[in-house]
Amino acid sequence: MSRRRSATLAVGCVLAGVIVAVAVVSLFWTPFSPDDTSGGRLAPPGPPHLLGTDKLGRDLLTQLMIGARVALTAGIGSVALGGVIGVAAGLLAGFAVRWLDDTISALLDILIAFPTLLLAMLVVAAREASLGSAILAIGLAMSSIVARLTRVLVKRVLAQDYITASRTSGTSWPRVVAEHVLPNIWPTLLVNLALQLGLAVLAEASLSYLGLGTPPPNASWGRMLQEAQATVLTAPAGAIAPGVLLVVLVVGVNLIADGLRDVADPTRRARGSGSAVDPGSPAMGLDQGGSAVDLDPRRGP
Amino acid sequence: MTTYLLRRMAFLVVSLLLACAVLFLLLRLLPGDPANSLLSVGATPEQIAAARHQIGSDRPLPEQFATWLGQMARLDLGTSFVSTLPVGPEIAARLVVTVPLTLLSFLLAVVVAVPVGFVAARRSDRWYGLLLNGVSQLGIAVPVFWVGMLLIWAFALYFRILPAGGFPQDDWADPADAITSLALPVVTVALVMSASLIRYVRSATMDVLDSDYLRTFRALGSSFPGAMWRHGLRNAAVPVISVLGIELATTFLGAVVVESVFALPGLGSMLAKAIAQHDYPVVQGVLFVSTFGVLLIGFAADLVQRIIDPRLRGTLSRSPR
Repeated sequence: MSRRRSATLAVGCVLAGVIVAVAVVSLFWTPFSPDDTSGGRLAPPGPPHLLGTDKLGRDLLTQLMIGARVALTAGIGSVALGGVIGVAAGLLAGFAVRWLDDTISALLDILIAFPTLLLAMLVVAAREASLGSAILAIGLAMSSIVARLTRVLVKRVLAQDYITASRTSGTSWPRVVAEHVLPNIWPTLLVNLALQLGLAVLAEASLSYLGLGTPPPNASWGRMLQEAQATVLTAPAGAIAPGVLLVVLVVGVNLIADGLRDVADPTRRARGSGSAVDPGSPAMGLDQGGSAVDLDPRRGP
Repeated sequence: MTTYLLRRMAFLVVSLLLACAVLFLLLRLLPGDPANSLLSVGATPEQIAAARHQIGSDRPLPEQFATWLGQMARLDLGTSFVSTLPVGPEIAARLVVTVPLTLLSFLLAVVVAVPVGFVAARRSDRWYGLLLNGVSQLGIAVPVFWVGMLLIWAFALYFRILPAGGFPQDDWADPADAITSLALPVVTVALVMSASLIRYVRSATMDVLDSDYLRTFRALGSSFPGAMWRHGLRNAAVPVISVLGIELATTFLGAVVVESVFALPGLGSMLAKAIAQHDYPVVQGVLFVSTFGVLLIGFAADLVQRIIDPRLRGTLSRSPR
C-alpha cells in the first residue's frame, strides 16, 4: 500500500506545485502589467494575449498568474492565523477545569454554527473589502474548528496511562505538553490544517465572487469568474480558466492532506484510500462519547 | 427518552440564549455606531446624539441586550433602517425562497449520495468504485458558484431550457413556475453537497463492511442484504445523520452565494444587502432567524440519532462533553 500512499501525495504535490510555481513566477514576470488595458476588449486567445483578454482589455494569463498568488496568500495566511488561535484555544480548553472547558466548548459550538461566509461578511462590513479582511475572517472562522479538534485530541491523549505515569513520576505540565501531547496530536492537526487550506482558498474565491475579497488591480480567481459570468458565451476562456485553476489547487491540497494522513496513521493504509475525514474510524473516535463528524473540516460556503 | 428530550430542549434554549449574546456582542464589537447608517456625511453632534437616542445605542450594553431579547421573545424583529419596513415579514417572504431551495437540494443530494456512497464502499476495489471516489474528490474541490455558472451556461444560455435566474414575483402562486426557477440552483447545491456526502456515506459503510458483527452474522448464514438490513444500516446511519444535520445547516446559511449566482430573492441576498448598507436591525434579524434554524436542525439530528442508536442516549449532544 505504500506505493499508493506515495502516489496520492505525489499527485497532490504536483498539482499544488504547478500553482505555487505560477504564483512565484508572477512575482517576477507576467506577460503584461495587470492594469494594462491596451489589449482590446474580450480579445480571443492568440498572440500576444495567449488566453485572450477580459471585458476591460486586461490580459487573462496575467490575471490568472496574479490570481494564483492571491489564492495562495489567502490560503496560507488564513491557515496560519486560524491554526495559531485554534491550537492555543484548543490546548486551553483541553487542560481547563470542567466548567471552563464546558464554556469554551459551548462557545465553539455556536461559533462553528456561524458559517465562514457570514463571519467574513461581518468582518468586511466593519473593515473594507481587502485580502487582509478576507484572511482575518476566514482565519477566525477556521480557528473555532481547529480549536475543537485540538481539544478533543488533547483530551484523548490526556486520558492515556502514560500521561498519568509521566505525571506520577514528577514531570511538570509544560513538559508533558511538549514531550507527549504535541508530538501525539500534530500529525492529525497537520492533516486537518491542510484540508483547511483548501477550504480557505475556496472561501476566498467565494468572497471575491461576492465582491467582498481582493480589490483590483490585484486579480482574484473568484472575482474574475464573477466578471466573466456575463460574457460566458462570447469569451468562454475567462469563465473557465480561473475555475479550473481553483479546482487544480484545491484537489492538489486535498490529496496532500490525504497522503499525509496515510503517513501519519499507518493503520489506515490497509483500507486503501479513504475519505480525508473519516467519521467512523476508531481514530476519530465515535466511541469516545461524541462523533468525529463534528470535527468536519469540510465546512465552507 | 422523555428525560433526554427535556434535557435536550433545555440545552436548545440555553444555546439559543448564548447564541443571541454572541450575535449581539459581535455586532456591537464592530467599529462604528449603528446610528451612523442613519446619518448623512457631516451630521452635527446634535443629530448624531438624536439618532443614537432614537435607536437606543446611547444606553448601556446590558440594557440594550435585554431590550433586544425582549423584542425577540415577542417575535418583534424591529424595523429596517433603510426601508423603514418591519424586518419580520420581510424575512418570512425571503424564507419562501430559501427554505424550499435548501430542502430540495438536500433531498436531491441525499437521494444521490446514499446509493453512490454505498456502491463506492462496497465496490471500492473495482474501477467504478475508484471512479466514484475520484469524482467525489473532485466535487469537494469545486466552488459552488462556478458549478452554478457552468450550469447556467449549459442549460440557460446554450440549450435555453431553463431560466438563468430570478424568481416569480408572485412566489409560489404558480408552483411549476417556481420549481422551474429553482431547478438550476437546486441542482447546483445538490451536486456540491452530494460530493462531500458521498465521502461520509462511503466511509461509514466501509466501517460497517469491515465490522466483526457483520462478518459473524454472515457466518451464521444470513444473506448480505439481510445482514445489512438487520445490523448494517442502523450502524452506518448514526454518523451519517450527524453530517446530514451539518450539511443541511450549512446549505441553509450558505445559500447567499447560490442566491447571488441565480439572482434569487432569498435570505442570503437579504443579508448580503443589509451588511453592505449597514442595516443593523436586518442583519440582526436574519442572523437570529438563521441561528435559530441551525440550532433546530441540530436538535432534530440529535433526536433522530438517539432514536436510532440507544447507546447514545446518555450523551446530550453530538459534541463530546
